[in-house]
Amino acid sequence: MSVPTSESTSESTSAATAARPPERPAAAPRARASALRTLATAQRVLSQLRHDPRTIGLLIVVPCVLLILLKYVFDAEPRIFDHSGAPLLGIFPLTVMFLVTSVATLRERSSGTLERLLTMPLGKLDLLLGYAFAFGALALVQAAVAFGLTLGPLGLHVSGPTWLLFAVALADGLLGTALGLFVSAFAATEFQAVQFLPAFILPQFLLCGLFTPRGDMQPVLRWISDVMPLSYAVDAMNRLTARPGVDGLVVRDLIVIVGITLVSLALGAVTLRRRTA
Amino acid sequence: MVRGGRAVLDGLSLDIARGSVTGLLGPSGCGKTTLMRSIVGVQKTAGGRVTVLGRPAGDARLRRRVGYVTQAPSVYSDLTVAENLRYFAAVLGVPRADAERVAAQVGLRGRERDVVGRLSGGQHARVSLAAALLGEPELLVLDEPTVGLDPVLRRELWDLFHRLAGAGATLLISSHVMDEATRCDHLLLMRDGAIIADDTPAALLARTGAREIEQAFLALVEEDQRPDTATGTGTSAGVSGSDRSEPAKEASR
Repeated sequence: MSVPTSESTSESTSAATAARPPERPAAAPRARASALRTLATAQRVLSQLRHDPRTIGLLIVVPCVLLILLKYVFDAEPRIFDHSGAPLLGIFPLTVMFLVTSVATLRERSSGTLERLLTMPLGKLDLLLGYAFAFGALALVQAAVAFGLTLGPLGLHVSGPTWLLFAVALADGLLGTALGLFVSAFAATEFQAVQFLPAFILPQFLLCGLFTPRGDMQPVLRWISDVMPLSYAVDAMNRLTARPGVDGLVVRDLIVIVGITLVSLALGAVTLRRRTA
Repeated sequence: MVRGGRAVLDGLSLDIARGSVTGLLGPSGCGKTTLMRSIVGVQKTAGGRVTVLGRPAGDARLRRRVGYVTQAPSVYSDLTVAENLRYFAAVLGVPRADAERVAAQVGLRGRERDVVGRLSGGQHARVSLAAALLGEPELLVLDEPTVGLDPVLRRELWDLFHRLAGAGATLLISSHVMDEATRCDHLLLMRDGAIIADDTPAALLARTGAREIEQAFLALVEEDQRPDTATGTGTSAGVSGSDRSEPAKEASR
């Protein structure tokens, strides 16, 4: 059996590598390179959206149309809009970003571009943060339009500070993005990815306190709702409409939302494999 | 190596010399893509060793030095040619001007502002190839890069491949079209996960007495008395530095 030259080569190389210090650039240029890749990724995702103006239109117009519908369907009982308008301002960014991200990531996986990126010097975090920046920006635009409409012409009264309202909407959008990134790993087709919306978000929708206060639910359901991310999105919005100033509980809700976002980003990173079967 | 519950590339050993164009030929399903994925380091392997440019395949330090083109074009079809290339250039950390250079190299100058999804299949594939040329990688692994292209364009691309090899790059190019074999410096003929020949096109023809590579392939299949490889799992492949001293043959262990 002749000459597996590669074996001798690789053995000698590994010996050589052990003797030599690892070739790593210094920490600061590395962090800078990583930041540039993250920004390039965010810019690329936004360019993709820019080429698809209809999707942007749908993302921004549909929540507004739904809010207007809600207002006028319950025209006779304005209390209902006052009660459910604010939770919806938290639910829309989460739901929409979840859907957009899970489809975008699935496309990235199925088109082979994810595999290409992972053969390049792109960190998984660079990719995930790039998506988070791009969709976070989109979530802010969507929130700005929806807030403008709801607090202005539709006359919803919010006692808390507006910036905190934006902070919660942004956190909800990012949470949706992070959950979408994670969940898309379990979808093999776009049909499946779309089905994850009713499977993953609708139960939370029922349990988040929009229809019945969470405190009035069966204990088991209440416990479940306590661990559902959407509950905190809705709680934060409810507290913001009810109380003036910066409420400590809103901050706690915000921390929970950010925490779940980070956990799902980490889980999402685990699903990005450089080697596949 | 086991893939899909089936052992493929079992007891296979090969070496690819630098600065050459090596053709990987064989019928579809024979393991060409799996072998290429192993060299790029995106294939989960169940054993064996793949050394690329002196490092284990998939090593982080190789990510700038190896370019890979998958069979299906892997670029963003909803972006323009320039947007795609500039993004991949940014990820690789190479200057933006490199995007224009590679677009010209694959004959896409003037189409930079077109959205990739609206290009023809052949142009789409060339965008994917251009992305792999960014940063002048030392090793290019190209999985059927010329499928579906017209003959003029195919010749241009093969000329490009030879220019790249002349500049010191190593190219491993798969094809199931046997007539592309003569354009390679070196050939690896593959069948059922095994390399059945590893030689220059001229030497293969001389050895089998055939006039065309296709006939040589058939002759080799007939004479192939490969022992039963069910016992071995060792797979090793190397894209090594030095000159090829001797062609490595199947080594079952």
